[in-house]
Amino acid sequence: MGIHSQSSGRASAQAAQAPAGGPTLARVGALAVLAALLAMPFLLYPVFLMKVLCFALFACAFNLLIGFGGLLSFGHAAFFGSAAYVTAHTVKVWGFSPELGILMGTAASAFLGILFGSIAIRRQGIYFAMITLALSQMVFFLALQLPFTHGEDGIQAVPRGVLFGVFDLNNPLAMYYTVLGVFLIGFAIIWRTVHSPFGQVLKAIRENEPRAISLGYRTERYKLMAFVLSATLAGLAGGTKAIVFQLATLTDVTWQMSGEVVLMTLLGGMGTLTGPVIGAALVVTLENYLAATSLPVPVVIGCIFVACVLVFRRGIAGEIQARFGKQSRSG
Amino acid sequence: MMGTIFGIPPQALFGQLLLGLINGSFYALLSLGLAVIFGMLNVINFAHGALYMMGAFVAWLMLTQLGIGYWLALPLAPVVVGLFGVLLERTLLSRLYKLDHLYGLLLTFGLALIVEGAFRHQYGVSGQPYPIPDALKGGQNLGFMFLPNYRGWVVVASLVVCISTWIAIEKTKLGAYLRAATENPVLVQAFGINVPRMITLTYAFGVALAGLAGVLAAPIYQVSPLMGSNLIIVVFAVVVIGGMGSILGAVLTGYGLGLLEGLTKVFYPEASNIVVFVIMAVVLMIKPAGLFGRER
Repeated sequence: MGIHSQSSGRASAQAAQAPAGGPTLARVGALAVLAALLAMPFLLYPVFLMKVLCFALFACAFNLLIGFGGLLSFGHAAFFGSAAYVTAHTVKVWGFSPELGILMGTAASAFLGILFGSIAIRRQGIYFAMITLALSQMVFFLALQLPFTHGEDGIQAVPRGVLFGVFDLNNPLAMYYTVLGVFLIGFAIIWRTVHSPFGQVLKAIRENEPRAISLGYRTERYKLMAFVLSATLAGLAGGTKAIVFQLATLTDVTWQMSGEVVLMTLLGGMGTLTGPVIGAALVVTLENYLAATSLPVPVVIGCIFVACVLVFRRGIAGEIQARFGKQSRSG
Repeated sequence: MMGTIFGIPPQALFGQLLLGLINGSFYALLSLGLAVIFGMLNVINFAHGALYMMGAFVAWLMLTQLGIGYWLALPLAPVVVGLFGVLLERTLLSRLYKLDHLYGLLLTFGLALIVEGAFRHQYGVSGQPYPIPDALKGGQNLGFMFLPNYRGWVVVASLVVCISTWIAIEKTKLGAYLRAATENPVLVQAFGINVPRMITLTYAFGVALAGLAGVLAAPIYQVSPLMGSNLIIVVFAVVVIGGMGSILGAVLTGYGLGLLEGLTKVFYPEASNIVVFVIMAVVLMIKPAGLFGRER
């Protein structure tokens, strides 16, 4: 499993680093990042930040599967997009509150995850990627044809509503802190999963599945659980996105969207916790920048893809960790 | 003759079956190329759809810019696409053979975005018409249906290409080398056969097949930068259903699914877009290795 051989060394370096650098340093760092996240909307455009946070959660969810489970899904837009549609529909047409709408969207993605996961985990590697891609294309056509998704128009003008009946989400700051809360919950779930015995078994399956089977693990079940968790969190991101942008469209379920989340994770660093967040921030920033120029976006994105695969496979966070790990070993 | 078949006028039924057969011809040509490439390089060529589009565009550019007609473009455009394939394989793909196969998929995905984005940037998203060559204008009245000559030609041409590729791989000496190199490249190289060159030529041949499919498709569908992107995903599903193990399997599955899609258009048009994906899911439930595949 060459795609992850570098990350296993990294994970152990990370584990070794924690006691050496001291937990206080890590805690101070985390607090500094949290303070920065809280102060961010006063410095940058909140809608841009919310977009970054939604995609960061989406990429983290995707990374749970590829980075820690070794499964490359090329169809994660299906979960992101269907959750967006379900959230938008329940909030706009059924008049649900935003928190309930997001919950419904997330639940829909979880259900879809069980369905697709149980089909896709029957094959591995390249086949897994092709199967997830094909299944997500099915979701695309359903979104195009079903009456409630409104075809090419999508579901527009979704009301943001009032969170828990208290916080009016039409206020950009209230919306931002809600999205930040959702992101932190999602990130905490992923952090907890990766550092749990379940996460260790996943890594074992990624490194050597036959051995994990011989040790008595029902690897199919673990892979399915990882798949469903990943789909659910991708749905959480999609549902939140629908509330933020008050919109659910076909763009959210296209294969280009699936490719984009692959790129974010690849660029940031597969198998690292912070990598997908960095990658998402970079890709969203880049797309905002490119939208103002006449450069063709897909060509630029494609070039970054090729460059990442050829010379930058560890990604940004992976590269930093590799350097840092080397330093601590030599010093 | 009966007025209807299962409540469907025969004209409509056979018309849709013919459309299905045409689509199936393209599925077969493309999945054949994918299977040949995968067998040798262990790479799923995500750029296959983009190179199919490129084949159609090269033919269209030859016609509009250079005045080169259909019959010359038919061999020339695939050669151009094949040479582009040589360039891709030598400069990019060959760096990845020692890594996990997923990197090949990611690289070719990036290439697909670049090729498609470049054509889209240059020529916009609207389709360009490509005229049917004079010799194939008109059609035949078969009694039960009207068969446009060009569509008949596409079915025959793709069948000939698929069968001759199969014969070349299964029955000739070169094909034997190829199959041997697929099984054990190190040993074949030890016998003095230039395996890296064989890999390059295999990739070039595979993408040239995609280019050829593009030229054949140009007069039927409009020549558009987006013509390959949705097709390639269906072809992926076809490949999963057939299993990558056999060349013949890829071809048969391609035609079979095209026909099934045509039938779906007659009896339940709403599902025609997703029928291939549903069949894929069912096949994976019953026989995960695919209809003609073997676990590897």
